[in-house]
Amino acid sequence: MRLLFGSCFTLLIAAALGLGATWFTLTRGVAFGALTIGAWTAWPKSGSVDIDPYARATIARSGELPTGMGDGVAFYAHTDDAGNKLDGRCMFTITGMTPPARYWTLTLYDPEGRLVANTMDRHGFTSEEIVRNGDGRFSIAVAPLARSGNWLPTGGVEQFVLAWRLYDTPIGVATRTAKEGPMPAIARKGCS
Amino acid sequence: MIRALLWILGAILLGGIVHLSTVLAMPQAARQDAYSRLVPLTPVNTMVPLALPTAASAIMPFMDPAFAEAVCRYDLSGGSLKLTAPVSQAYTSVTFYTRKSIAYYAINDRAAGRRTIELDLMTPEQHAQVPEEEDVTAADRLIIESPSTMGLIVLRALAPEPGLMPMARRALAAAKCAIQPIQ
Repeated sequence: MRLLFGSCFTLLIAAALGLGATWFTLTRGVAFGALTIGAWTAWPKSGSVDIDPYARATIARSGELPTGMGDGVAFYAHTDDAGNKLDGRCMFTITGMTPPARYWTLTLYDPEGRLVANTMDRHGFTSEEIVRNGDGRFSIAVAPLARSGNWLPTGGVEQFVLAWRLYDTPIGVATRTAKEGPMPAIARKGCS
Repeated sequence: MIRALLWILGAILLGGIVHLSTVLAMPQAARQDAYSRLVPLTPVNTMVPLALPTAASAIMPFMDPAFAEAVCRYDLSGGSLKLTAPVSQAYTSVTFYTRKSIAYYAINDRAAGRRTIELDLMTPEQHAQVPEEEDVTAADRLIIESPSTMGLIVLRALAPEPGLMPMARRALAAAKCAIQPIQ
């Protein structure tokens, strides 16, 4: 009797633990070899045959195609530099400069990777579109309502994700520190 | 007390096995991976331009809206594949994915170094059958080995600003992929 109870209990706990851990890692996008610079994280290995099993499972589940290593590298941000969630009802600024790359694009998605509807039909910027200061630095306002300068509309969504993709760039698996790849800073400037 | 601890230890070990096996099985079990999403939209061994992602609909999540994309869903069981892609004015890249969405090779226009990216895609067996002198004489012939018989070739052309999207799409419209019959 005790044996039966014990084994049922064990199997139940095992199933809950195992499936729970799988669900957690796949929804959070856990993968090895992360390159984190400020609020931005990239997984350069996910764009090659050295992709780890967690990233493989995440990609198979979401249905996306990762950026190939010979093409570029994709950085994602889910929070600002202080760790605040990227809330579409707040205003954020993205300031600074980018690592060397022939081109880059910045895109705003919802957490599931869909573009967010807005009146401007604008979902991001490319390195050619951005308006820069005299010293080559730039400032982008990510806000629900129109701003002057580089304005990226959030559509007022509860949460959004930013993707910064560098194309034809030396940044990759060999990059270790922020000195080699200075990524722009994200800061919250108040909520409406 | 000891016995209860043993049961818990067993549960944790078994849980770890469940976790690892479900993670490893996910690529096989996934029904909505990129390849499956593209099957109804793309005939096999043909270059097909993809619809641009919009807020209302997108073929795959996290597509870059600044890029025009075209896909060749390939099956090498009938022979090797020849890819010809003219490069656009801004930036063009070609990425090769296996059936399970692993990016095994990617090249951009500058690395290819020509006005047209020309590649031969074949399985390791087909590559082994290529006569050696042909391999040497055609020095500028770029041969890629596909680890799987089926997979995806994704062509991406950047529109540096929205007004240049028609230019990027035109460049991709001239791209071709075709099976070369086995001699």
